[in-house]
Amino acid sequence: MFSSAGKNSTEWTKLIQPEEGPSSPKLDDGSKVAVIGSGPAGSFFSYFLIDMAERIGIDIQVDVYESRDFSQPAPLGCNMCGGIVSESLVQTLAAEGINLPPTVIQRGIDSYMLHMDVGSVSIQTPLKEMRIGAVHRGSGPRDVREAKWESFDGHLQKLVLKKGAELIRGRVDEIARDDSRFQVKIKGGGPEVYDLLAVAVGINSPTLKLFEGLEICYEPPKATKTFIREYYLGQQMVGKILGSSMHVFLLDIPRLEFAAIIPKGDYVTVCLLGQDIDNSLVQSFMDSREVRRCLLPEWGAKEGSCQCWPRISVEGAIHPFSDRVVFIGDCGVTRLYKDGIGAAYRTAKAAATTAVFQGVSAADFAKHYWPVCRTISSDNAIGKLSFMATRQIQKRRFARRALYRMTLAEQTDEGRRRRMSMVLWDMFTGSAPYREVFLRTLHPVFLARLLWNVAVSVLSFGEGKSER
Amino acid sequence: MDSSTLGKVYEDGEVIVRRGDTGDSMYVIQEGQVEVLVEKDGKEVRLRVLGDGEFVGEMSIFEREVRSATVRALGKARLLTVDKKNLLRRIHEDPSLAFRIIETMSRRIRDLTNEVVRLRSGG
Repeated sequence: MFSSAGKNSTEWTKLIQPEEGPSSPKLDDGSKVAVIGSGPAGSFFSYFLIDMAERIGIDIQVDVYESRDFSQPAPLGCNMCGGIVSESLVQTLAAEGINLPPTVIQRGIDSYMLHMDVGSVSIQTPLKEMRIGAVHRGSGPRDVREAKWESFDGHLQKLVLKKGAELIRGRVDEIARDDSRFQVKIKGGGPEVYDLLAVAVGINSPTLKLFEGLEICYEPPKATKTFIREYYLGQQMVGKILGSSMHVFLLDIPRLEFAAIIPKGDYVTVCLLGQDIDNSLVQSFMDSREVRRCLLPEWGAKEGSCQCWPRISVEGAIHPFSDRVVFIGDCGVTRLYKDGIGAAYRTAKAAATTAVFQGVSAADFAKHYWPVCRTISSDNAIGKLSFMATRQIQKRRFARRALYRMTLAEQTDEGRRRRMSMVLWDMFTGSAPYREVFLRTLHPVFLARLLWNVAVSVLSFGEGKSER
Repeated sequence: MDSSTLGKVYEDGEVIVRRGDTGDSMYVIQEGQVEVLVEKDGKEVRLRVLGDGEFVGEMSIFEREVRSATVRALGKARLLTVDKKNLLRRIHEDPSLAFRIIETMSRRIRDLTNEVVRLRSGG
């Protein structure tokens, strides 16, 4: 078992006390860094660590451990994810000089289509520009016929290798302490000692178990099961049926919190979030009138090409760092339900800047890395409240009708300020912090319009009485 | 427009930003080229041509001034808009995000210095 945070609180408090003088561990010329996992968090960490070390003239060695081969179709090269690069991350990466080429972006997304039983409404991007990227994390589903697009994770890995990192292919099967440093060993290889260990293995990897018994006070995040299924339709058909819109569903199906259908290149990805997701819930969703209406008759009774039930984090890890070790991405702290790749970027970069500019002790990470994790966690708490409110809307037909009316009016009236549309856009895309979205819902004009639409929805057609 | 791209396509000669307009975004060129122009005595003066991966309009991120030059697509070009608010929020959280923009500005100051030297020395 992982050590309990409570039992070790005194030890932990002592560990994060700033240590002055030469004994505080820092990266220097010749330092060796191990990055376990080469998904987005591991690659962003490696990229920025090397980039910033170069800027201040430190020569470090970065070894990236990865057992997956991203050039292989699932499951050999897949990291099990919906595969959306958010609007805010696309822009931030562009400002970092990391542009995502058409060989990686399978489809540019410029709008969201919100489907409810009361109707469907399209929400356009503010600038009518392709600002969200749909990608495959690996090389595609099990039955991929032709590798037309590059894996997103593979693309980032290539950038990192070009920067000078070394790829060590193989599964890490042993991690041990060697004095204050860490030893990493892969199957059939000898142990290597590192000055810093960055752990970016997500929460679906057995590698996390290797940290049990190392007395680093780390406890992995709490997680819930999700569902992802890929359907092959061919590029033309995907464009015809779904266009360049991501389709999201607010349906009154028990245990279903959120569902999305994402157009990719030749495939569409169905993602479901909810409680105790199982085959019957998936079937209820696929059989719903709204999904059938969205997918058109051409869809037929398509068989899924590939599916998985990955776990996603719903609460951050406890103590995601210690002396010379830092947990980034999903196995550290991530955003609730949305923009996991964006959170991987933020935590990876915060860890890399801390390691290069401050040091690699627990105290350094507590002072400079932990605030970023805490900001994400605090925002998730507001996100939970927002999703609770969304659940109430899902359950009540008059509320769904009010939301539909308000959004539709905004989308059809060019001159009207799109308050509800922007709230929904940022909720579904993860483009803005949940706190900011929540504050916008408290604006008097937003509240007045919402109440007006609720009143109209309840009173119109006498349907209010029969609502649940 | 190709369905597997990000940003917006501007046709040859299409104005992306106009000198004197207020600006609340910068652009990152994803594909193609743009020219940066100012008008002097009714004549267009081309200041520079920018290509793949380069920034344009970044001054508006840090200043509250109007656009200092016009930017026009040179051939078909695809650009991604980066919102001022989003970028400044991220820079506030992570100041190192501004490194690359500062590098670009620094390079442009170097180019301008060389240009001033060339003009003053009558080269």
